[in-house]
Amino acid sequence: MNGAPLLQKVVITNPQGFHMRPMAAFAQLASRFKSSVKVSREGQSVNGKSILDLMLLAATQGTELTLEVAGPDAQDALDALVKLLKSPPPEEEVSEASLED
Amino acid sequence: MEIKRGIAVSPGVAIGPALVLDSEWFRIPQRVIPPSQIDHECQRLRQALAQAAAETRANQEAVSAKLGPQYGAIFAAHALMLTDPTLVQEIEALVRTNHFAVEYAVSRVIRRYAKALESIEGGYLADRVADLFDIEKRILRHLLGQRREQLRDLREPVIVLAHDLTPSETAALDPQRVHAFATEAGGRASHTAIVAGVLNIPAVVGLGPFITDVSGGDRVIVDGHHGLLIIDPDEETLHRYEQVQASFRSQASQLAELRSLPAQTRDGVRVLLLGNIEFPQESGPCLEHGAEGVGLYRTEFLYLGRQTHPTEAEHLEAYLTVLRTMGPQRPVVIRTLDLGADKFLPGGSGRRAAPEHNPFLGLRSVRLCLQNLTLFKTQMRAILRASAFGDVRIMFPMISTLLELRQCKMILAEVKEDLEEEGLAFNPRLPVGTMIEVPSAAILAEQLAREVDFFSIGTNDLIQYTLAADRNNETVSTLYSPGDPAVLRLIEHVVRAAAQHNIAVNVCGEMSGDPLYTMLLLGMGIRQLSVTPHSIPAIKRVIRSVTVEESVAVAQEAMRLETARDVNNYLRERTRRILPEVFS
Repeated sequence: MNGAPLLQKVVITNPQGFHMRPMAAFAQLASRFKSSVKVSREGQSVNGKSILDLMLLAATQGTELTLEVAGPDAQDALDALVKLLKSPPPEEEVSEASLED
Repeated sequence: MEIKRGIAVSPGVAIGPALVLDSEWFRIPQRVIPPSQIDHECQRLRQALAQAAAETRANQEAVSAKLGPQYGAIFAAHALMLTDPTLVQEIEALVRTNHFAVEYAVSRVIRRYAKALESIEGGYLADRVADLFDIEKRILRHLLGQRREQLRDLREPVIVLAHDLTPSETAALDPQRVHAFATEAGGRASHTAIVAGVLNIPAVVGLGPFITDVSGGDRVIVDGHHGLLIIDPDEETLHRYEQVQASFRSQASQLAELRSLPAQTRDGVRVLLLGNIEFPQESGPCLEHGAEGVGLYRTEFLYLGRQTHPTEAEHLEAYLTVLRTMGPQRPVVIRTLDLGADKFLPGGSGRRAAPEHNPFLGLRSVRLCLQNLTLFKTQMRAILRASAFGDVRIMFPMISTLLELRQCKMILAEVKEDLEEEGLAFNPRLPVGTMIEVPSAAILAEQLAREVDFFSIGTNDLIQYTLAADRNNETVSTLYSPGDPAVLRLIEHVVRAAAQHNIAVNVCGEMSGDPLYTMLLLGMGIRQLSVTPHSIPAIKRVIRSVTVEESVAVAQEAMRLETARDVNNYLRERTRRILPEVFS
């Protein structure tokens, strides 16, 4: 199963962008898989398991990200991560301002 | 190397390791380690990260239980950052390849991320910088453990860098260990500026954002002469500044020797050298620099940054603080409020004055006071009451007509009557002076001289109004020059009028603190100068090196010259002949 990396493009639909909470959820989820997860935006590629790296991508609504997953559980990882990115924000999305308090 | 430009508020040069107040709160002890310690450092890092993450998760649970899960979420994100695979990789890379101590490496890596977040377009992640600094603090706390130095017991000298300094932060600093300040915010009257003045250490304020460019422990240079902060200087710059520092030190110690010597010309003529102050705390350093009193006590700080006007008691407390330092004998000239209506709330009730098209020609200073009598009288009462405790003198700024001066004196007489009725002590012969800073006042100096006890020439405004040029406006600032023949004629006229009526005349603008003009002013008959405290030794040195005869010749020649440039060149050449080191 350690074949060529699986690639998939995802467009960020969350009006708040790929923000702190979704980024945290993404990094956490990615870390659960054995496969390596790379996320790239216009040639800039970062480790998908690193929240700090993901922050640097600065993906806002409409940004296209490319996921590149390689490893034994690549397909599962890719499916789960894409699902997470495409899922609508929770009803009571906590605003960044209140997170800071 | 990176050079940041700000406002120089206290002179001198300091070179040393940075202490970044906003994020660290403690000093990073060293920058490099021997290669043999690399593995040990990396082990310490992993342990500290694990401890910090565990602590953060505990916080998350506690906060979630208490305030709800959405508040715990912020700590969840912090815990995630602390266990971030890239973070640990990058820190370890700096330790392994650059042999950085792990504390320093942590700070460097966090700064790199902070900087990157700040520069992201739209700034929508800029707030997260605070989170990064928060986790940095947490990691460092675990790394340093018992070795952590509190701000009040620093063991090594540092240069304090901050966004701005609050009074409580300043109070926590050990002045023996802080060799310079540099802040992002602040102006000439900021808290940092005052504290630096009091501590007599170099300081630069108003540098704009730089905190994310510096790591604790980075070597920095604060150039308090030119208002520069140099981060991570290259060898050549460092060498140059070490020389500047050495020569400044030897100069400073030479000048310190002048402290107890009188400000007297070689032919025995005494000059009264006074200090300009803005805050009561500055009176100590003022004396330490050898001032014989306060020639200009600006009182604006009492009014700024507040919603209500200062009370009589607040005024009095500030004035008495100065008098306690100066003692009963030394003169203290208190200038009444000198602010524009745009700078504060004249009603004292949140009502801001209508915007003016031309505030420098508008309702400001004594004009504003004459339209706000309660405000004016409150200050006069406090000045009069302070006069019972020392040689206090009152001075009115921006007088432009004789009538204004008479109005001020009339109100002062009323206030005296009130105090008398209330049985409060004051000096009934409180000396009254006027600033000469509007050309009309200089031209009518004879009339004004009859009605006051002293003049003080405020050269900054006098030059600005005479040449109609704002020196902060780069496009016209070359017009602004103390050496301009028109300015010199006005000063000459004022000095003559004062002599005719036998009243004292003082010069208190920046011109008086510039050694270039000392001979000229002496030669024109000035025997009183009021200058920024740290300029006193340099001015005294010029006074002690010249004779009145030489100065008169210089003044006469300067008065014959036709342009400001000729005057300044001539004065530079003459001063250099007597004191080559002044303009080296």
